[in-house]
Amino acid sequence: MTESAPRAVAREIALSVEGLSYAYGHRKVLDRVSFLVEKGDLIGILGPNGSGKTTLFRLLSTLYAAPLGMITLADCSYPTQAAAARRRMGVVFQSPSLDKKLTVAENLVHQGHLYGLRGSALRGRVGELLHLFGLEERSRDLVETLSGGQQRRVEVAKALLHEPELLLLDEPSTGIDPAARREFWRHLFALKEQKGLTILVTTHLLDEAERCDRLLILDRGKRVAWDTPGQLRALIPGSVLSIRSPKLAEIEEELKRLWPGSIVRRADGALRIEPRAEESTGEAMRDAADLLQRFGGDVTALTVSQPSLEDVFLHLTGHQFDGQNEGSDGTEED
Amino acid sequence: MEPRKTSVASGNFGLGVYTLWSREVVRFLRQKNRVVGALGTPLVFWFLIGSGVGSSFRTGGTGSGDYFSYFFPGMLLLVVLFTAIFSTISLIEDRREGFLQAVLVAPVPRSAVVAAKLLGGMTLSVLQCVLIYVLALPLGLHFSLGSFALVVVTLCLLGLALTGLGYLLAWPLDSVQGYHALMNLLLMPLWLLSGALFPPEGSVGWMRLIIHANPLYYGLELLRAALRPERPGASLWLFGAITLLFTAAVGLAAVVITDRVRVKHP
Repeated sequence: MTESAPRAVAREIALSVEGLSYAYGHRKVLDRVSFLVEKGDLIGILGPNGSGKTTLFRLLSTLYAAPLGMITLADCSYPTQAAAARRRMGVVFQSPSLDKKLTVAENLVHQGHLYGLRGSALRGRVGELLHLFGLEERSRDLVETLSGGQQRRVEVAKALLHEPELLLLDEPSTGIDPAARREFWRHLFALKEQKGLTILVTTHLLDEAERCDRLLILDRGKRVAWDTPGQLRALIPGSVLSIRSPKLAEIEEELKRLWPGSIVRRADGALRIEPRAEESTGEAMRDAADLLQRFGGDVTALTVSQPSLEDVFLHLTGHQFDGQNEGSDGTEED
Repeated sequence: MEPRKTSVASGNFGLGVYTLWSREVVRFLRQKNRVVGALGTPLVFWFLIGSGVGSSFRTGGTGSGDYFSYFFPGMLLLVVLFTAIFSTISLIEDRREGFLQAVLVAPVPRSAVVAAKLLGGMTLSVLQCVLIYVLALPLGLHFSLGSFALVVVTLCLLGLALTGLGYLLAWPLDSVQGYHALMNLLLMPLWLLSGALFPPEGSVGWMRLIIHANPLYYGLELLRAALRPERPGASLWLFGAITLLFTAAVGLAAVVITDRVRVKHP
C-alpha cells in the first residue's frame, strides 16, 4: 500500500470525528476519540474486546446518538443531522441483517425502498450490484440457502444500493471461512480502487488490520494510535525476541538484570523482548545465541521476528492484544 | 448522559411503511408452521372449550344460546392476541441481530417501523379471523353484511391495539424470556378477564369491575353484538369510541417509546 509515499496534494476529508465520548451509566467506554479520514481510504478500527470499538461503530452508524463530540460525514454533522448522514453511508452489521425467509432480490428491494429508491431505478441498481458481487444466479433464492460467504456479499451489496460515500463494516469476517474471507476482502479492495469508496472496518484480526491504509487503535475507550500499519510497526525498530520456557519468571528477572535498558514483557505465555534502539538484526541474532547459551536447558522455544501489530499494541498499551483487560470486560458491548 | 435528539426527515414514510408491512405478511405466509400454529390453536381451543368444557356450563347463566356461540367472539380475540404476540416477539431478536438493525440506520422515521408492525399484525389477525368466521358459518353463526362489516372493523382496531400492546412490551426488552414472562403476567390475563370465557354479569363484584376496566371487553362486546344481534346489546357507539381511543393511545405510546427509550441494542 501507499503508506510511506508522501501525498503531494491534501486529499478531501470524507469523515471527521471530534472528541467523541460515550458512557453506559458511569462506565466510560469511549473517551474523547478524534480522527480525520481521507476520501478513498480503507480504515481499520482495531482493538480487543472491551476497547470501545463496537460503541464507536454504533455512534458512527447513527444507532446511538453521542452526547459529547461530533461526527461529520461530507457536509452533515451528526447526531443532529442524522437523517442526511444516513443517506450517505452504508452499514454492514456484525450479525446478519438479511431476512433469511426472503429471497436475495426481495431483501435488496426492501432496502432500496427504505432509502427511497423504487421502480426501474431500483431494479437497475439491484441488477448492477448482483452482477458486481457475482450473485446473479442466486437472486431468486431464499437467503437461508446461501453460503456464509455469499450472505456476507449480499450484506455489502445491500449496504451499497443507495450509492453511499462511506461504507461501515463491523467485524465483517465473523463466521465465514478463510477462503470466503479472502474473497470478501478482494471485493472490498475492488470497491475502494474502482469506486473510490471510503471504507471503515472494525476488526480484532491483526492480519486484516495489516491491509488497511490507516489504523485507529483503541484501548479501554481511548485512542492509542492513529497511523499507517507501516508507521506503527516502525515504532519498534529491529527484531523482537520471544522466549518460551517453563521457568519464565526466573528468566524474566535475570534478563532485567542483564539488559536493564530493554523492554521485557509477558504476552501469551511467552517473554517478548523489544530490541534496544538501533539494534541490527545481526545483533539480535547474537543476543538470541547469548540467551540460548545462558538459559539453554530451560528454553522450549526462541524466536527472532519482525515486530507485528501485536507487538505494537503491546508496546503502546503495556498489555497484550487478546488479554483480559481488567475492568473492561465488555458486558454491554462487543 | 442523555442521548441528544436526532432528526430524521419524514421522507420515505409511506414507502417505508409499505415495504416493512409487506415483509411482515410475506414472512408469515412463508413459514408454514406459523400458519398452521396460528390457525390450529384457536381450533383446538374452540373444540376443547366450546364443546368439551362448554357442556358443563350449559345450565349456567349464559342465557340464550349455547356456550359455543358465547365463546366464539372470545376465540377471535384469542387469535388476534396470538398473532400480536408472534409478530412482536420477533422484534427483540430482529433488532439486535437481524433485519431491523439495517432499518434503524435507514433514513426512515422510526414511526414507520411502528406503523408497519401494527398494520402487519392487524392484517394477519383480520385474515385469520375472517377465515375462521367463514369456516364457522355452517355451524349457525349469524351473518349479514352489516355484521360482517362490524366484525372486520372491530378486528382491525383490536389487531392494531393488541399488536401495539405487544410492541410496548417487546421494545424495551432485550430477551425473549422476559417477553414470555410479561406475556403470561399481562397479556393472557387481559384475555381471560375480557369477558371472553365468562360474562361479567354472573361474576362477583370485584371481578365485574376488573372486566369492565379492561379495554378489550368493549371490543369483544362489539364482536358479540355483531355475531349475536338478537342479544340485548351494548351501546355500539360508546363501545366503539372506547375501543378506538384505546387503540389510538396504544399506537401513540408505541411511537413514543420507540423514539424515547434507549435500549441496549436499539
